[in-house]
Amino acid sequence: MVTRLGFLGVIARLLLWAFLLCLAVVVIYPLLWMLLNGFKTNAEIFGNPFALPSHWGFDSYQKAWNRGVSNYLTTSVLVTVTSTVATVFVSAWAAYGLARVDIPFGKVVTGVILGGLMLAPSVALVPLVKMFQSMGLYNSFWALLILYTAFRVPFTTFLIRAYMLDLPREVDEAAEMDGCGRWTAFWRITLPMCKPIIVSTVLLHILFAWNEYLFAMVFTSGAGVQTLPVGLMSLMSKHGTEFPVVFAGMTIAAVPVVLLFFFGQRYIVRGLADGVGK
Amino acid sequence: MSRRAAGLAWVVPALALVGVFVYFPLVENFGFSTLKWDIFSGSQEYVGLGNYAKLVDDPVFWTSLRNNVLFAVVSIVFQVFGSLVLAALIEGVRSERWQRALRAIYFIPCAISLTVAGLLFYFIYEPNLGLLNHLLEAVGLDGLRHAWLGEEGTAMPAVMAMSQWQGFGYSTLLFAVAIQRIPREIYQAAALDGTGPIRRFFHVTVPLVREMTGVLIMLTISGAFQVFNEVMVMTSGGPNNSTQVLGTWLYRSGFVRNDFGYAAAIATVIFVVTLAIAVAQLWVARRRRVEW
Repeated sequence: MVTRLGFLGVIARLLLWAFLLCLAVVVIYPLLWMLLNGFKTNAEIFGNPFALPSHWGFDSYQKAWNRGVSNYLTTSVLVTVTSTVATVFVSAWAAYGLARVDIPFGKVVTGVILGGLMLAPSVALVPLVKMFQSMGLYNSFWALLILYTAFRVPFTTFLIRAYMLDLPREVDEAAEMDGCGRWTAFWRITLPMCKPIIVSTVLLHILFAWNEYLFAMVFTSGAGVQTLPVGLMSLMSKHGTEFPVVFAGMTIAAVPVVLLFFFGQRYIVRGLADGVGK
Repeated sequence: MSRRAAGLAWVVPALALVGVFVYFPLVENFGFSTLKWDIFSGSQEYVGLGNYAKLVDDPVFWTSLRNNVLFAVVSIVFQVFGSLVLAALIEGVRSERWQRALRAIYFIPCAISLTVAGLLFYFIYEPNLGLLNHLLEAVGLDGLRHAWLGEEGTAMPAVMAMSQWQGFGYSTLLFAVAIQRIPREIYQAAALDGTGPIRRFFHVTVPLVREMTGVLIMLTISGAFQVFNEVMVMTSGGPNNSTQVLGTWLYRSGFVRNDFGYAAAIATVIFVVTLAIAVAQLWVARRRRVEW
């Protein structure tokens, strides 16, 4: 863009920068405050909230860790990893069927699977509780694994299918000519070509599963099956007056996903853009 | 034919999961909404549309619905129109590195969970140790101090403000991508014609990202009717039910007050609203294709 900067232009540009930077501060400062409060003492937190901690030790982080955060973290990692693998596999599988294979009632099947995108989890909540109670899976790791997978398959399938539709069909046909079965074609040819979108869907699913709260709160209650979001609330209710410990717990929950976002930014943006843009 | 039917094997796992855990409960929910149902004692009694009649007479239901609508309006203002302006401003920054950095910074709150963000703001709004009151004091506005989440008048705005803080980076990022997809020549041509940046925004950017705008408006409304987390973490619907939304009122009715039929009836309302939005979205998506 070519603009000649007059006096007004310079002022406008300065104002623009001031605004963008102020907004960045509004976003960053609370997070920095959270991180720093994990290093302060209760008295310091109540004293001057803008001051830096007088002493940099990891005591509160260690306390938070020992008071359950390590368990919540383990559960979160376990639920996140397994549901990511399950969701992406089932979805890639279905996407291949929908995009590359001629199946009966193809349009209806596509509509049914992708239609799940539009349904709010809260609408199914009451029946799901009853269902999981009667299956004996209430308050278990399995409940979260199954729900996170079932509710995210539509979105993930949608993204992978859209990507597969854009891949050249000839590759499949050539593979089949060479005596490749459908199976082999899926595993050895189509899936590797879908690597970028697979990475995107993996990252988006991790962001979802790590942060999910409604299902985690309703379907798990005992310690040992609680994920970080629910665990933080129990930490809060049990040790709510020990503010540094709560802040440390929050920081521990937040750091992994922020790091993940920074390293996978490119893929997350692509996934979001493809998902919403189409 | 058998070869075609064999193709179904690809979609069976997905169909089974979605069918059993998404669609089936949805259908069951309608049945449940006609029951007076105590899940702990197991007693069930058919009451027909009784729960819906109760809903109409329930002032908290109407407060919840109003809060959801308010949430939708506020989020559209900030997370659709605000984000569009913001994305255009970022794209106006010359240095690509700064553009990327700003977009990434604004997105960070979206990566952390609403639980962490909600707890964080619970402390920011806390009357004694909270940042907000201290900040007001520091700039001499002591009179504006509040127990933000504890007063009926300020609780809902405070929750909504937190939600905007958490979510605006998401739509900004998406608008930025949409703006980048606009061919540069269009902007260059507009600049050569002597069109200023403000007119370029309204005459080039806005019309050419309208597809994204449409999608985001729908997503935002639909999201506003599913709000749960931020309210649950920060106020649990209080004080005096002033921050109740449909999601939290559903939760409270079922899981705290043990009235599952009533909770199912609230779920039906959420379903009807979100379905209407989804249908509208499909209809809009079919009509508005931006061509260039």
